[in-house]
Amino acid sequence: MNRECAIHSNQDGDTLCLIFLGSWTIHVIPCTTPDISKLFSPQTKSLSFDTEKLSEWDSRLLVKLAKVIDFATSHGIEIDTHGLPSGVRSLLKLTQKGTVGSPSGKKNIPSGVFEEIGNHTLGFFSQSLEMLAFTGEILLAYIRLFSGRARFLKKDLTFFLYNCGPQALPIVTLISFLVGVILAFIGAVQLKMFGADIYIANLVGLAMTREMGAMMAAIIMAGRTGASFAAQLGTMQVNEEIDALQTMGINPFDFLVLPRMTALIIMMPLLAIWADFIGILGGFFIGCFTLDISPVLYYEQTVKAIDLNHFSVGIIKSVVFGYLVAYCGCIKGMHCGRSAGAVGKATTSAVVTAIVFIVVSDAAFTYMFNIIGI
Amino acid sequence: MVDAPPLIDVKNLTMAYGDFVLQKELSFSIHRGSIFTIMGESGCGKSTLLRHLTGLKRPASGNIYYSGDDFWQSSEKKRVNFMQKAGVLYQSGALWSSMTIGENIALPLQQFTDLSARVIDEIVEFKLSLVGLKGFKDYFPSTISGGMRKRAGLARAIALDPEILFFDEPSAGLDPISSKSLDDLILELRDSLGATIVIVTHELPSIFALADDSVFLDTETRTMLTTGNPKTLATESSSIKVRRFLSRSTHLSTEQD
Repeated sequence: MNRECAIHSNQDGDTLCLIFLGSWTIHVIPCTTPDISKLFSPQTKSLSFDTEKLSEWDSRLLVKLAKVIDFATSHGIEIDTHGLPSGVRSLLKLTQKGTVGSPSGKKNIPSGVFEEIGNHTLGFFSQSLEMLAFTGEILLAYIRLFSGRARFLKKDLTFFLYNCGPQALPIVTLISFLVGVILAFIGAVQLKMFGADIYIANLVGLAMTREMGAMMAAIIMAGRTGASFAAQLGTMQVNEEIDALQTMGINPFDFLVLPRMTALIIMMPLLAIWADFIGILGGFFIGCFTLDISPVLYYEQTVKAIDLNHFSVGIIKSVVFGYLVAYCGCIKGMHCGRSAGAVGKATTSAVVTAIVFIVVSDAAFTYMFNIIGI
Repeated sequence: MVDAPPLIDVKNLTMAYGDFVLQKELSFSIHRGSIFTIMGESGCGKSTLLRHLTGLKRPASGNIYYSGDDFWQSSEKKRVNFMQKAGVLYQSGALWSSMTIGENIALPLQQFTDLSARVIDEIVEFKLSLVGLKGFKDYFPSTISGGMRKRAGLARAIALDPEILFFDEPSAGLDPISSKSLDDLILELRDSLGATIVIVTHELPSIFALADDSVFLDTETRTMLTTGNPKTLATESSSIKVRRFLSRSTHLSTEQD
């Protein structure tokens, strides 16, 4: 069989006859066919086809024919399709039927760099506005809560209290113990040079109570609970569960956000206190067992180093961190799109935003406390 | 019934997402005790219209009146009040997945009535038996089938004995027999509860079995083509598109006008 394809043209007066030869299938190495426009001469008025010597055909032939026909119709040339196999004719007819209605909705067109930058900038402003509005809503919801008009299930609140508190203890314990150990080691190397080993107790105690306890607890909770808030609320958004609440006249804000946020704001300082204690314990172990400081001395040095001010700085921070983590989880979940992908995005964004907020606000706090001298 | 004011009156409603206008100049009324269908091709904005009617989305322009009151001009209290008189069955059921079926139905009762826990429990049992789900109180939504979830969603929608029930594609994803029995259930509920029912659907058997009034949305012109009883529209509508849709044909030619 002839495994080659070719196209010949035969101009007869003002009629052009295109002769297709060989096998026009996708398995045959593409033949070099001349440019379509070159087949036509200016005096061509009508077009016909000859496919007697065509041995086999598939979409490849159709694509070529569609191009030829497009060119011909756009130049007002009459087309006689009788020379084509009947299968080809009916398929061509089908493609000319047109599309079903006009597409609605936004087209997904890849955008250029500048458009992307512009979109992100606009998105940043609208997102900031959204966040401000959400903050306002939270305030209103708490006003409703304290005036006894907010509706949510007490069962939900206890569930989230349990979820944010006792259930988070093992991971908070492990991480803060190790942070205490790390701090003690770093300090030991430096302080040993001056023979000031005992000040490890001060270093670990201060670092844990002022900074690390609250911050590590907050970061763990952002990854653990903030993400789960965003995923829960996002999935509820996807399943229209939030719409269902709203149409029932239950404010989804009171019902969903309040118990989560309240639970986290209550539990975060408690977790921070626990993290402080465990971190100091970690430092204590290193101090006593590898640096040979007497346990009693270490204990007394720690008690001397930490006063109420240091301790309350950590607690104040942890309340704010608790709010921030719950805020990021809830806003991302409530504003989640309606697809599985959107839930993933909301979760990621909740964690990332929460961690950024935690660190930024921690820096601001440290600066502020430094100025007022606590 | 002819003289009674319509329960819902939509006037010159335009629906839009940002700059994108989905449908414009929609005007129709839904009368008390009728079964009203919102028809149209996929993507024409049927579900969005439902979101407008249930007060979830604010119209870009135009007004929606409930028994004569302009919904978006009313106080929030009044709006919530109206929303409580409406029950909605969502496409997927939208049951709160963290609660059992029983808790789902009990929640609106706990929130909006002063009934004792025992009475609420009895009402939950009763509503479940109405929709044919007796004994499913303690199951979680994820453990029952799609058809059952719809029935449970329906039980929740009728928990507060609503005046008006909205259905978003009740038979989507159901086999013909389940969808037929859901249609029968809807008819029985209308007759026994005396509620007004609004259904978004494009299932022809359901449309003909249920509807006594309808509105037809068009994707191309972005507005409504007609409103009226689908049985009459199927033969008498002046719009070829409506007749085509209702006779499920693509070959109906213009010569038949």
